[in-house]
Amino acid sequence: MNLQKEFTKGIVSDNPLFRLLLGMCPALAVTTSVNNGLGMGVAVTGVLLASNIVVSAMRKVIPSSVRIPAFIVIIATFVTITDMLMHAFTPALYTALGIFIPLIVVNCIILGRAESFASRNTMLPAIIDALGMGIGFTLALVMVSAVREVLGAGTFFGLQLLPENIPALIMILPPGGFIALGCILGLMNKFQRKTA
Amino acid sequence: MQEYFIIIISAVLVNNIVLSQFLGICPFLGVSKKISASLGMGGAVSFVLIIASFITWVLQTYLLTPLNITYLQTIAFILVIASLVQFVEMVIKKFSPPMYKALGIFLPLITTNCAVLGVAIINIQNEYSLGKVMVHSLSHAAGFTLALLLMSGIRERLEDADIPESMRGTPIALIVAALMSISFLGFSGLT
Repeated sequence: MNLQKEFTKGIVSDNPLFRLLLGMCPALAVTTSVNNGLGMGVAVTGVLLASNIVVSAMRKVIPSSVRIPAFIVIIATFVTITDMLMHAFTPALYTALGIFIPLIVVNCIILGRAESFASRNTMLPAIIDALGMGIGFTLALVMVSAVREVLGAGTFFGLQLLPENIPALIMILPPGGFIALGCILGLMNKFQRKTA
Repeated sequence: MQEYFIIIISAVLVNNIVLSQFLGICPFLGVSKKISASLGMGGAVSFVLIIASFITWVLQTYLLTPLNITYLQTIAFILVIASLVQFVEMVIKKFSPPMYKALGIFLPLITTNCAVLGVAIINIQNEYSLGKVMVHSLSHAAGFTLALLLMSGIRERLEDADIPESMRGTPIALIVAALMSISFLGFSGLT
C-alpha cells in the first residue's frame, strides 16, 4: 500500500468537493467568508479522522448487514462531541456555522470514506486517507470562500482588499455560492483537459 | 391562521430549502436530469421529511427534553431518519419497481439528505407547536419538490443546448441553480 498516494489522492485527483462532488451543501452554505470555510473544513476533517479510526478498528466486529447504521451512530457521536467543543471554545464560529455543524453527520464524504475505505483497511491507511480527504476538502472550501469573500465583501480573512463600493454583494448571497462553485468546476475541467 | 400562511410562503418561496438554505443539494444536482425521476425523488423525500418531522418532534418534546438529554438530539434524529428511509425503500421496491430503478442509488442516500435532518432540527430550534411543525415540514417538502421539478424541466432542454465542453454537466447545472436562486431572491420582499 502506497501511503503517499493515499494521502495525495484526496487533495488532487479525488478531491471530495471538486472531483467527487461530495459535501456540496456545506460548501455552498458556509463559504461566505474564508474564516467560516476554514472552520467548517477543520470540523469535518476532525470528525472524518475520528470516525475513520473507529470504523477501521471495529471493521471485524461490525456485521456487514448492519454496518451503515453502525457507521452513522459512530459518526453522529463524533459530530455531537465536535458540536459541544465548538460551542464551548469557538462560540462566534459556532453561531456562524449554525445548523451546518449537526449536519456534518449527513455529509456524504464521511459516510462515503467509512464505507469505501475505512471498513476495508487497517488503521494507518485509514488515518492517512482521512487526513488527505479532510485537507483536500478544507482546501476546496477555502478556495470557494476566498473567491466569494474577495468578490462579495472585498475582504480576505476580514482584511479589506477592495474599496467599499466595488464588491458585488451577490457573491455572498445564496446565488453567489452556485456561481462560484460552478465557475471553479468549469475552469478545473478546462485546465485538466489541457494537461491530459 | 395568518401565522401558518406566513410559514407556508416563507418555506416554499422565500427561504426555499434548496435555493436559499442549501439543504438537499446532492439529489438536486444528481436526480434532476429527468422530470419523471425528479418527481419520484421529490415524492420520496417529501414523505420521509414529513413523517420524520413528526416523529422527531414527538421524540424531542416527550423524551429528550423531559429527561434532559437534548445533547443526544443528533444521534436520535439520524437513527429515526435512517430507519424510515429503509422502510420507504422496501415499500417502493415492492410496489413500483420501475420507480425503484429510476431512483437507484439516491434512495438510500435520502438518509444522508441534509434536507430531512435539517428541517427536523429547524423545527426544534424555532420551538414550533405540533401544528406548525406539520405545516412547516409540508411546505419545505413542497419547496424541495418545486425546485427539483423546475431544475429538471430546464435540464431536459439543456441537453440540446450548445454548451462549452468544460462547462457541461455539473458546472452548468450550478449556474442554472444560481439563476433560479437569483429569481427566488425576488420573493424576499414578500414577508
